[in-house]
Amino acid sequence: MKTTAELLATGDVMTVNFGPNHPSTHGVLRLVVDLYGEDVTGLEAVVGYLHTGFEKNMEQKTWWKCITYPERIDYVSFQNNEYVFVAAVEKLLELPVPPKATWMRTLLCELNRIHSHLVWLGTSALELGAISMFWYAFRERDLILDLFELVTGYRMHTRYFQVGGLAEDIPRGFYPEARKFCEWMPKAVDDYETLLTRNKIWLERTEGIGLLSAPDAIALGQSGPVLRASGVEWDLRRVEPYLAYHQVDFDVPVFPEGDVYARYRVHMQEMRESVRIVEQCLDRLENMEGDPWISDDRKVVLPPRHELHTSMESLIHHFKIVTEGFRVPEGEVYVAIESPRGELGCYICSEGGPKPWRVKFRAPSFVALEATATMMQDALIADMIAIVGSLDTVMGEVDR
Amino acid sequence: MSSGGLWADVPGLVEMRDLKDEVTVVVEIGELTEAALHLRDQEGFNFLSDITAVDYLGWGEVGVSGYIGTGTNNIAAGRNLNSPMTQGLQVVPLPKPKRFAINYHLLSVSDSPRRLRLQTWVDEGEPVPTVIEIWPTADFHEREAYDLMGIAITGHPNMKRILLDDDWEGHPLRKDYPIGGEPVRFSEER
Repeated sequence: MKTTAELLATGDVMTVNFGPNHPSTHGVLRLVVDLYGEDVTGLEAVVGYLHTGFEKNMEQKTWWKCITYPERIDYVSFQNNEYVFVAAVEKLLELPVPPKATWMRTLLCELNRIHSHLVWLGTSALELGAISMFWYAFRERDLILDLFELVTGYRMHTRYFQVGGLAEDIPRGFYPEARKFCEWMPKAVDDYETLLTRNKIWLERTEGIGLLSAPDAIALGQSGPVLRASGVEWDLRRVEPYLAYHQVDFDVPVFPEGDVYARYRVHMQEMRESVRIVEQCLDRLENMEGDPWISDDRKVVLPPRHELHTSMESLIHHFKIVTEGFRVPEGEVYVAIESPRGELGCYICSEGGPKPWRVKFRAPSFVALEATATMMQDALIADMIAIVGSLDTVMGEVDR
Repeated sequence: MSSGGLWADVPGLVEMRDLKDEVTVVVEIGELTEAALHLRDQEGFNFLSDITAVDYLGWGEVGVSGYIGTGTNNIAAGRNLNSPMTQGLQVVPLPKPKRFAINYHLLSVSDSPRRLRLQTWVDEGEPVPTVIEIWPTADFHEREAYDLMGIAITGHPNMKRILLDDDWEGHPLRKDYPIGGEPVRFSEER
């Protein structure tokens, strides 16, 4: 293998634009690739094609209206994004959340993790030629979306988390449906693994490809499945427990190889673990019938609907919160959670008024793209598809 | 709000705050690189989560609720009855030392995980040394801080816009950049 300088001297290095519109770039990602024959000798990720200025927009809206924005940033793991923003506002308000809401949030975040991993599995396998995987993964994804629809009325961008708890009580009939799903899902993961885990083509496309060592992964700020596939046991649900994660039993899958195959294994294991967490949440929630699902702090939370017909004060509170918004005390916080893609952080700064002064999201996909050049050592152009796919990037989140 | 304490040996320390379970260490801009190196090598903050730049232009210039008036820049002037959403603040926010704050959110990926916010303050155009040598992941974050907030990062090997077009004018996340202030590309009136 020649060095980069020697390759350039040959004059046979060709620079190719890969994207921004290409079926296997997960949205609108542009890769500027230097090619020597089939070998990738240099790569630069060019992002920003989906930039919509979410952070600037949120500065113009009341805290209450802002909740709809984060879920549109990462449209595949919407509930995790929604949660991180709501959690940051609650931290600044020092507002306690009732246990029923905490358990339901945990449950939905885990269903959402399975949903996100299924979308990743379906599309990444599709790019490597395993077309049937896409249909199987989207079959189960639809079951999850049905559950979201049952609870919130929407299949995506649910806006079900409210500052202080949940927007509505959990509907009757959700628990049996969720139980059915929990029974079905491990079998579905078994099916996926029969198709891929020992599939010769799959192994040749993924094993030993896109290597990333543990020190490199930490230096490059990688988190989530990418970091765990490089042999670092690091999961924020375990090391900095939030929601109800300190009360549930689950394993953190870690694989030391640091290649695309290890990332695939981490995703598959995590889906199984998420089902376990969902089951434990259901055990708790089924015994919480009739408990409050939202805090009773009337300065922040809307009064119950039935009071509006009888109480003048409730009507005024409702009107004030909807029109002016509630105030959040002056201060700055940074809250980080383990989203399906890794460390999702939310920094908010408040002046003490009804609108945020500054909102910033630490998007794991944005950081993941920094590692592409390192992973591309000795890669062929076909491996590039597998490597970029294995990072599980969502371009909406990269560009915000 | 003590200065020093546990973090007394951080180079260029201005103050240390421990609010809402989050430790913030404020350092002089001139000694940012030394402070960052110290935090990585002596304190074990090997992971840079995020870099957030905040523009504090106009901070605390909203009226205080309870007063009714029409002034815009006088704090005591209070609420403007002619425009909605100006009900004012309940307390006057603490003044900030300079226009921009740059927050480095650090994390220690180890057996004893902990977080720290390294904060430094700059004025418009004041150079900020890059930390890319200390945490390579700073690459994209610093480009974003330049692109959206106009922070003048020095020493970065590939300093250009990241999210917006290369020929974009202005830095949209600044407070003096109006919403809807982007140029209209294909307008009929040219």
